[in-house]
Amino acid sequence: MKVRIDPELCQGQGRCFSIAPSIFDFDDLGNGVVIGDGTLDDDTMKLAQLAQSNCPEHAIFIEE
Amino acid sequence: MTIKPPVEDFATDWDHTDPQWVHDPYPIWEDLRERCPVAHTNRYGGGWFPTTHEMVSAVANDNVHFTSRVVVITNNKFPAGAPPAPIGSAPPITSDPPFHQIARRIMLPALAPGPVNALEPQVRDLCLQHLDELAGKETFDAGAEYAQFISPGVISRMLGFPPEDENLFREYVHFVLDLVDLPPEERAAAGEPMVEYFNRQIQDHIDHPRDDFTSYLLNVEVAGKKLAPEHVRGTMALTLIAGIDTTWSAIGAAIWHLATHPGDLSRLVNEPDLMPLAVEEFLRYYAPVTMARTVKDDFEFFGSTLKKDDWVLLGFPAANRDPAAFDDADKFIIDRAVNRHAAFGLGIHRCAGSNLARMELRVAVEEFIKRFPRFELVENDDVTWAQGQVRGPRHIPLRVTA
Repeated sequence: MKVRIDPELCQGQGRCFSIAPSIFDFDDLGNGVVIGDGTLDDDTMKLAQLAQSNCPEHAIFIEE
Repeated sequence: MTIKPPVEDFATDWDHTDPQWVHDPYPIWEDLRERCPVAHTNRYGGGWFPTTHEMVSAVANDNVHFTSRVVVITNNKFPAGAPPAPIGSAPPITSDPPFHQIARRIMLPALAPGPVNALEPQVRDLCLQHLDELAGKETFDAGAEYAQFISPGVISRMLGFPPEDENLFREYVHFVLDLVDLPPEERAAAGEPMVEYFNRQIQDHIDHPRDDFTSYLLNVEVAGKKLAPEHVRGTMALTLIAGIDTTWSAIGAAIWHLATHPGDLSRLVNEPDLMPLAVEEFLRYYAPVTMARTVKDDFEFFGSTLKKDDWVLLGFPAANRDPAAFDDADKFIIDRAVNRHAAFGLGIHRCAGSNLARMELRVAVEEFIKRFPRFELVENDDVTWAQGQVRGPRHIPLRVTA
């Protein structure tokens, strides 16, 4: 499973990189970006899901 | 001030400056959410108040049917001489696409997490300095003697304005956000000192350029051209107004909550790791800011017919209490783990200063409860809340109990 951020939906609310700084970072405008290729293991999956459930813009997707 | 009749039914005659709404809006919103759900008023030239998270999100994400040209509700919707859409008087908050994105990209780099995190030590020093002045006092006003100093200190440094002008900034905020019932001529006249102040600051920065946000705005180029003077002044005004009252209100509301909920106070003192979750719950539960839009053309919205130029008040604080969007929406849960709140708005107008506001709120509360781990509200003394589109306690009389 991989996590990605839809850049069209992300508005830089900043929740993902605060909750899961090992998975998400921010760009110079403050929008969220995924670190690396976004592949999740059992541990990072939970954290990614927590970030997803806190994104006000519903901009985080976890998929095959 | 105009004397207005009291509101009898908020569903058909809402007024966000009505004393009942100012004192405690939440039961009103809960009632409207079940009954309306889009409340209407003929006041201010006509407007609507959607009460559910779904509707607030729909308006915030719809830049086709709604314009941001004016975001503060007054009796004078489109003042003569005010810049039209898509720019508006305070870009980018008053801007529509496509100009909005240009104006926003100018601001965002200065307010991204990197530069904001670098300011944290200064904010902490500012908090400590004001806490030192409270040393030895058993009772004090945490609104007037603490919360109201933090954000003006931060914003004046950012813009490169003299810190001793702080009292002026609070007057300007009062003018823009509180004096919304003034007749149009009086409101225009009351705004002149602020415009003159910005003009003086701009001249001073042209004569003496320095490393601050004002000099940056004066020098930044978009497609090889510097910004129009109105754009520079509008963005300075936005930074000052939106950066001061909002964060001051959020800090005040958090301290007020802790003063009235000793269980939450002792948990936060004993478990400082809870702070990030607590900050988001303060923001959800006491979201200070509502924003306005106006309707571009007649338009059907959730069963109501909105008319061209009607106001729409975007109740992010009401959305944050919608039981359809949050479990136990009316309960403050200090360690709420899933909290998709809309305190900073939704969509393209997400508060540009949210990273700064969040950091100021966290640091101001952290340092306050470190200094005063136990405190309570002074009995029989009224807490007063600011009226209008930014809600927060102005006076928070506290007694230190430890």
